[in-house]
Amino acid sequence: MTRLQRFLALMASLLAAIALALPVGTVGGVDASLRDVPVLILFAVFALVSLLRFCRSVDPWGDGLVMVIGAVGLLSALRTLEMAGAGYWCFVASDWLFAWLFVERLSALRPLHPAVRNAQSLIVPLIFGVWILILWELVTRGSNVPTVLLPPPSMIGERFMASLPILWVDFQQTFLKAVLIGYALGSGSALVVAIAIDRSPFLQRGLLPVGNLVSALPMIGVAPIMVMWFGFDWPSKAAVVVIMTFFPMLVNAIAGLGQSSVMERDLMRTYAAGYWQTLWKLRLPAAAPFIFNALKINSTLALIGAIVAEFFGTPIVGMGFRISTEVGRMNVDMVWAEIAVAALAGSAFFGIVALIERAVTFWHPSVRQ
Amino acid sequence: MSADAVIEARGLGLTFETNDGPVHALSEVNLTVGKGDFVSFIGPSGCGKTTLLRVIADLERPTAGSITVNGVTPEEARLARAYGYVFQSAALYPWRTIARNVALPLEIMGFSKAEQAERVARTMELVNLTGVEKRFPWQLSGGMQQRASIARALAFDADLLLMDEPFGALDEIVRDHLNGQLLELWARTNKTIAFVTHSIPEAVYLSTRIVVMSPRPGRVTDVIESSLPRERPLDIRETPEFLDIAHRVREGLRAGHSYED
Repeated sequence: MTRLQRFLALMASLLAAIALALPVGTVGGVDASLRDVPVLILFAVFALVSLLRFCRSVDPWGDGLVMVIGAVGLLSALRTLEMAGAGYWCFVASDWLFAWLFVERLSALRPLHPAVRNAQSLIVPLIFGVWILILWELVTRGSNVPTVLLPPPSMIGERFMASLPILWVDFQQTFLKAVLIGYALGSGSALVVAIAIDRSPFLQRGLLPVGNLVSALPMIGVAPIMVMWFGFDWPSKAAVVVIMTFFPMLVNAIAGLGQSSVMERDLMRTYAAGYWQTLWKLRLPAAAPFIFNALKINSTLALIGAIVAEFFGTPIVGMGFRISTEVGRMNVDMVWAEIAVAALAGSAFFGIVALIERAVTFWHPSVRQ
Repeated sequence: MSADAVIEARGLGLTFETNDGPVHALSEVNLTVGKGDFVSFIGPSGCGKTTLLRVIADLERPTAGSITVNGVTPEEARLARAYGYVFQSAALYPWRTIARNVALPLEIMGFSKAEQAERVARTMELVNLTGVEKRFPWQLSGGMQQRASIARALAFDADLLLMDEPFGALDEIVRDHLNGQLLELWARTNKTIAFVTHSIPEAVYLSTRIVVMSPRPGRVTDVIESSLPRERPLDIRETPEFLDIAHRVREGLRAGHSYED
């Protein structure tokens, strides 16, 4: 064990011991006894037993087990406790240190089998993510944070599961229609315009400044105008997405089309290759890393654009519509559920584009192994 | 004008207009390359040897004089796909496998799939690259990449091969090896080869004729006919005959410089 690991282990066990001596919280206005929180007692016992690590070796997964028992104990104690006390927060700190120690020791392992290595590279960020949720839950419920300020994740989760049909139609309206169609139209048309600009110096002088201008338009001014032009339904949101995604693709694609070297282009000339052959076999493949860069930037821009555009007039469906109305009704848990949908959809969208990028630009020095 | 001249230049000149005034890259170049010749262009940097090759390939346009390739203008020759060009670096496209890089000109020229496969296999064998068809360029050594680029230039069977310092970036050992292979290939295919280099031994070893050039303005100062036999083992470079020709090339290069420095 490293010095850091020894320090973490010592502090974790020490905090668990101190926690036993402090008031754990209140039930019915009086101090609760430790018997009301049996799993936490179990956690404290395990935490103290883990001190044996200083005489004999303990498997990293042992720390993982202590961490899980602690998390279960802390979460179940919230059901009986009305208000968490100093002892409870010591338990939280102790368990958090166990989680840190577990992740430390887990990352130090160098498994030989590639499958195990893959699992390891997944489990560390997973523990990190889960612990953010756990701490969020413990802090909001343990200290009774008003739900309007920040609802606990369990409440958001419940609302999420109870509102699946609403979330699904909102998702359809905003993501499957406005975002995807706007993204495809915006990125696609920008790529076509980039090729046209690249071909003709006249367009280069005329169209590039226009693209620049459009990208500088404030969205809160453009969105209502798009509603006037294309109506309340998703086409006006798709139009906003087109405007937002157009410029990043235009700039990147023009830069990408200039990426092929003079020698590579001379080679095509010696074959007496035509413009389209050169474009298709040389310049577009060479531009692919740039084009994918724009596609990745646009995947998140499109979602933001579509959601915000729904604040400016929309039928009674859509993620942005739901967020703006539920905020007005103080249903913050529903707002958070929509945010969760947006976060999941946005990450998945970005991830899929990144995966396709890896497959298409496998040859680029930044990708190839 | 000889009947079987592949390249014929008369009073050829090329002047680049730059911000620092005109640069005379080529001036008064007269040259005849016959069918089956192996002609090397040698000279210090800035002597216009690469520019001359690019004029032959219609990658640059001359500003004076006349030049014909296969009896027509360079542009017509280029459009008729009369030559294969090998650049200083391999310039293989990294997103294509070696086989598909070699097939690139065939795709552009509209060969059938079966014909493409047959020609790729044949030319890969010609440059001793069989077995790496499915690899990508960045997985091969520099020498193998340059051989692949030669295979690519050979794939569509043009009678004229233009090579611009193709082995300049390779180390001496690999270069010797590839020089031998190039001679072998030239003997087997009976192509006309125009070869730019700045290495005297390379020029003497490979060529039937050596064109010595000098800079400012780029011009031809000497044309040396090689008396070496067409069959040339590597150790021919130790013979007095070889050293004699090398000496004449060196003299020619020095003469081009004498009233400059």
